Amino acid sequence: MESARSKWLWIVASLLILVWTVFPILWIVMLSFKQPGEIGNQKGFLPHHWTWDNYRTVFKTDLFTSALINSIGISVIATFVGVVFATLVAYAIARLEFPGKKLILSFALAIAMFPVVSLVGPLFNLWRDIGLYDTWLGLIIPYISFALPLAIWTLSAFFREIPWEMEQAAQVDGATAWQAFRKVIVPLAAPGVFTAAILTFFFCWNDFVFGISLTSSDNARPVPAALAFFTGASQFEQPTTAICAAAVVVTVPVVVIVLAFQRRIVAGLTSGAVKG
Amino acid sequence: MMAAVQSAPAATKRRAGRAELSDRSRSERRLGLLLSAPAVIVMLLVTAYPLLNALYLSLFRYRITAPDDKKFVGLSNYWTALSDPLFWQNVFTTFIITFATVAVELVIGFGLAMVMHRALFARRTVRTAILLPYGIVTVISAFAWRYAFDLQSGFVNSWFGLGDYAWFSGRWSSLFVIVLSEIWKTTPFVSLLLLAGLAQVPNDLGEAATVDGATAWQRLRRVTIPNMKAAILVAVLFRTLDAWRIFDNVYIMTSGQQKTQTLSFLTYQQTITRTAIGLGDAVGVLLFLSVVLIAVVFIRGFRVDLSQVRGDR
Repeated sequence: MESARSKWLWIVASLLILVWTVFPILWIVMLSFKQPGEIGNQKGFLPHHWTWDNYRTVFKTDLFTSALINSIGISVIATFVGVVFATLVAYAIARLEFPGKKLILSFALAIAMFPVVSLVGPLFNLWRDIGLYDTWLGLIIPYISFALPLAIWTLSAFFREIPWEMEQAAQVDGATAWQAFRKVIVPLAAPGVFTAAILTFFFCWNDFVFGISLTSSDNARPVPAALAFFTGASQFEQPTTAICAAAVVVTVPVVVIVLAFQRRIVAGLTSGAVKG
Repeated sequence: MMAAVQSAPAATKRRAGRAELSDRSRSERRLGLLLSAPAVIVMLLVTAYPLLNALYLSLFRYRITAPDDKKFVGLSNYWTALSDPLFWQNVFTTFIITFATVAVELVIGFGLAMVMHRALFARRTVRTAILLPYGIVTVISAFAWRYAFDLQSGFVNSWFGLGDYAWFSGRWSSLFVIVLSEIWKTTPFVSLLLLAGLAQVPNDLGEAATVDGATAWQRLRRVTIPNMKAAILVAVLFRTLDAWRIFDNVYIMTSGQQKTQTLSFLTYQQTITRTAIGLGDAVGVLLFLSVVLIAVVFIRGFRVDLSQVRGDR
């Protein structure tokens, strides 16, 4: 059906897309292998002298290593708690008849549209008053609440596809609603929950606004915020290459997740609308 | 959000008679509310209280550095903001960025969706590649593009023979790079929503049009696009609101220099950097109201069907 010419057209288009999406990432990788001294002297895409120095620098810098630990710890905890909460809501919405269902979904939608920065000032004050400023918990709480809408939608969509007769069968056999949920539905829902976890993790990993506003030190500052303050190995050197090495380090997990779970992410973002 | 676009098979609706609630349906109601409680409480805690707090504090002259000097000033913070040309300049900058990114992303996103939809070659690879920018941290995307155009480290000038053209010393060239980074990072999201819409366009419609002698362009305009209107509107709504809040790219690229400040950046700068809480909160409330306004215009004016988005059909 497709003519040879249009087939070639699609191939070229695909290649263009590959270049467009991969190029900036490749550029950061190239910069991370340049010597700091090359910046400003040798211009060009590829490094003149390949070096691992930048990676050594960032892993010797407390600012970065503590930020990396903060990012991992905060994102993992927020993802876990957020997905648990979202799973409960999504189950209730997909399965149970109760008042306020639409209200919850509309509220989640409103949160997704919320201009985060409007809240940063008041949260900054509140967190300082109650001692959450510059702590892990101080970031985990806002991360959970702003990642929840996406997780709730993704999960509700997945839950609608589950064969619910099995739950009813379990209930006929004498299980309570809660047992039916735990023993029958949770295993079936696991792939959806996993997808929601990926999307939530990306959200937390990506945050910058809360990261710079609600932290002031190595205590809780995550990587994106730390990068903005990074000065490199010494004050007299351009931090460019070191920042890029740090950037590559935090990009690796993202690339691995995308490569491994491409289908799940697509399904999650379009919530089952795209089968294939 | 993304529940989007597809009318998933509606969950069987069971209408419990209000008059007589059986024990079972009563316990079902209780369980439903119980399961929803933790999420709703966290979302309320982080949004409702701070928003009310911001509303309240925006009526005061209040700086963290001088807490004893807190004084009720009514709406004067709002007046200060609204009568300042800088505020309107920021509104304009935000508008330009939003308009440019959403317009370009729709076009590129549609192209990407078409390729993902039709391509037989390396379908999996293309989808994976498109997801990469979605996963990359926005700050890192900002650094990548900034360094590419930077005079010290960049290759763009030497590749395109621009000599030492300083991109970040002019307003429009700075905005260009900011918009470019934003487009790179967020087009995948648009393209996935549009792909979901494309999947809904009935194939036989396009074939019938071809038989009737329609050109590819006519097919696109008369068959494909009208049939995926819902998906397009949802994508535009979400991206518009997202772009309107742009912060990370501006912070990393220019820190608001060269008249590239956006509304989010102004709010951040007033509340956190300058600790002028009262005025900053007023700007924050204005930002919030502008988002509400945009959402209302879309939902009422363009009739974006949000029940599809919420997935509650």
